Amino acid sequence: MTEIYSGRTAGKKPDLSVNIGKLRMKNPVTTASGTFGFGPEYAPYLDLNRLGAIVVKGTTLQPRPGNPTPRLVETPAGILNSIGLQNPGVDCLIGEYLPYLAQYDLPVIVNISGDTVEDYAELAGKLERAAGVAALEVNISCPNVKKGGMQFGSDPYMAAEVTRAVRGNTDKPVIVKLSPNVTSIVGVAVEVAAAGADALSMINTLLGMAIDIRRRRPLLGNIMGGLSGPAVRPVAVRAVWQVYREVDLPIIGMGGIVTAEDALEFILAGATAVAVGTANFINPRAALEVLEGIEQYLTEHQIGEIGELVGAAHRT
Amino acid sequence: MSLLTDAKVVKQIKLAPHYYRLILAAPATTRAAGPGQFLHVRCGETLEPLLRRPLSIHAVNRERGELAHLYRVAGRGTALLAKKKRGDTINILGPLGRGYTMPSAPERFAVVAGGIGIAPLYFLLQETGARGQSALVFWGASTKEQFFSPAEPFWNADGTGGKYPSIVQEICAQGHQIILATDDGSAGFHGTVTDLFERYLNNPSGREEILSRYREAVTTSGLIKTDGEAGAVCSCSPGAMLNFNQNPESETFARVYGCGPGVMLKELCRIIGTHKIPGEISLEERMGCGVGACLSCACKTRDEEKDGFRYSRVCLEGPVFPAGEVLWD
Repeated sequence: MTEIYSGRTAGKKPDLSVNIGKLRMKNPVTTASGTFGFGPEYAPYLDLNRLGAIVVKGTTLQPRPGNPTPRLVETPAGILNSIGLQNPGVDCLIGEYLPYLAQYDLPVIVNISGDTVEDYAELAGKLERAAGVAALEVNISCPNVKKGGMQFGSDPYMAAEVTRAVRGNTDKPVIVKLSPNVTSIVGVAVEVAAAGADALSMINTLLGMAIDIRRRRPLLGNIMGGLSGPAVRPVAVRAVWQVYREVDLPIIGMGGIVTAEDALEFILAGATAVAVGTANFINPRAALEVLEGIEQYLTEHQIGEIGELVGAAHRT
Repeated sequence: MSLLTDAKVVKQIKLAPHYYRLILAAPATTRAAGPGQFLHVRCGETLEPLLRRPLSIHAVNRERGELAHLYRVAGRGTALLAKKKRGDTINILGPLGRGYTMPSAPERFAVVAGGIGIAPLYFLLQETGARGQSALVFWGASTKEQFFSPAEPFWNADGTGGKYPSIVQEICAQGHQIILATDDGSAGFHGTVTDLFERYLNNPSGREEILSRYREAVTTSGLIKTDGEAGAVCSCSPGAMLNFNQNPESETFARVYGCGPGVMLKELCRIIGTHKIPGEISLEERMGCGVGACLSCACKTRDEEKDGFRYSRVCLEGPVFPAGEVLWD
């Protein structure tokens, strides 16, 4: 790499832009699906224009009421949730939230979920025709729904079938969100890549549970839920590391990112972009602080563009 | 308008074992706050415990730019909060949620509080009292000590709280009338507050007797003191403070406001449903984001179009809900 290309010139701002397939993001920081609503919830606290992208709440064909309560348990350095994909349905997303988000200079990644392969295909088709969708994130890893969800993500061939179905109905970038609740995440990633995915999101939550010892029963209404937060970060970094070595697709890394240092771990392990999730609940400005910290790191280490860091820990 | 800001601790007053009043300096947040709303409070500095804690806004002093929480130490978060001292900084997010609908001008209204459920209702009483509106307050607790006798002044300046010997007297000084119930009979009516409230509603001709009996109980409980007694700064006599409606038999409440434990609220909703009085209740639920994004703090509310119910977000559609809207398991 030449001196000019790496931009080692004093005072020059580092280039933070990244590409996730055809999707160009002005910086690598986005929000994890389900932790940032549809955007308006957090708009009072940060300028949404500054985010690299937004990943909106998991969307299904029909509205879903969600799981019984309680839906949330705080665990050591983490939370267990079992929301159950409560959402107003794709038509509401297209009619209300996409027009709202159009006021921002912000690529919108829509997270989609279905009970059947056909559901995914239909969702992809509807969103292909909708204005204001930058990419699709295919959720084959939700641990909180009875049908579909993680069932698709834990079987490499089912995962590939869902990916093909979505691929067949859209020209937008297809990002497949992988579950850590599998024997080999690399195995799933390889099949999904072969089926036409443009990128991978990883990881979704880890299946877990907690029990109330006083009442002697599970704390979550749905018994089991998905673990997120700082507690899962090492698992997520490991998964990104493994997949980066075997699969030549851009990765959006996520799982317990609270600070820029956390995000940099993911990038060094092989993530092209990162998503801030549970940390939004603790600090609504977390995503921006992560972004500012990454920029500062690049400046301090005189790194001209973020791309130089992606997977760098594999090369040292 | 909701803000994310650092607030300075002005004072932390221990009311009783595990119960505190926390006063924070947060001018913009205070200006924006309405009764029934809450703040999502970062209790510690580390990632353990991870989440913020939702605390209802208990009172405001807009001139000083300060607001108060009344809270019970219930777990790791509130235990950290109780350690905060004057001058410490606490990150707060809010005001959040839908609060109480203020009663229209001449309306006579009732307030029914269970234990620490008085916390957000106190703010409503403060605001309505300042507008010259008066409520009949029914407050229940397990025992007399849980009506709290603050050891330190709350706010001295301007009549929005002061150096009264108890929260009961503070409420009276705002121009409201109050009767008490305790589970153990140590003050006021011996039984639940909803039971007392129902008796009052059910039996118009017996109201005079209920009021006089429990007025007596409030006066003799030691929770109210006269001028000069125990250094209490109060311009009005207990007689005036306990100046109940002269004609309670024909009294009707245009609205009822409630807050307290789930079982109490369920019972309250049944009672006011029977009497066809509109009401609003404030719910408590574990929360993730506090801003409507994560859908963790769901509660079942009526929805005729769907399967008869839908999940509403306590943080956004609540925490105050119309009484008839909430579905109880």
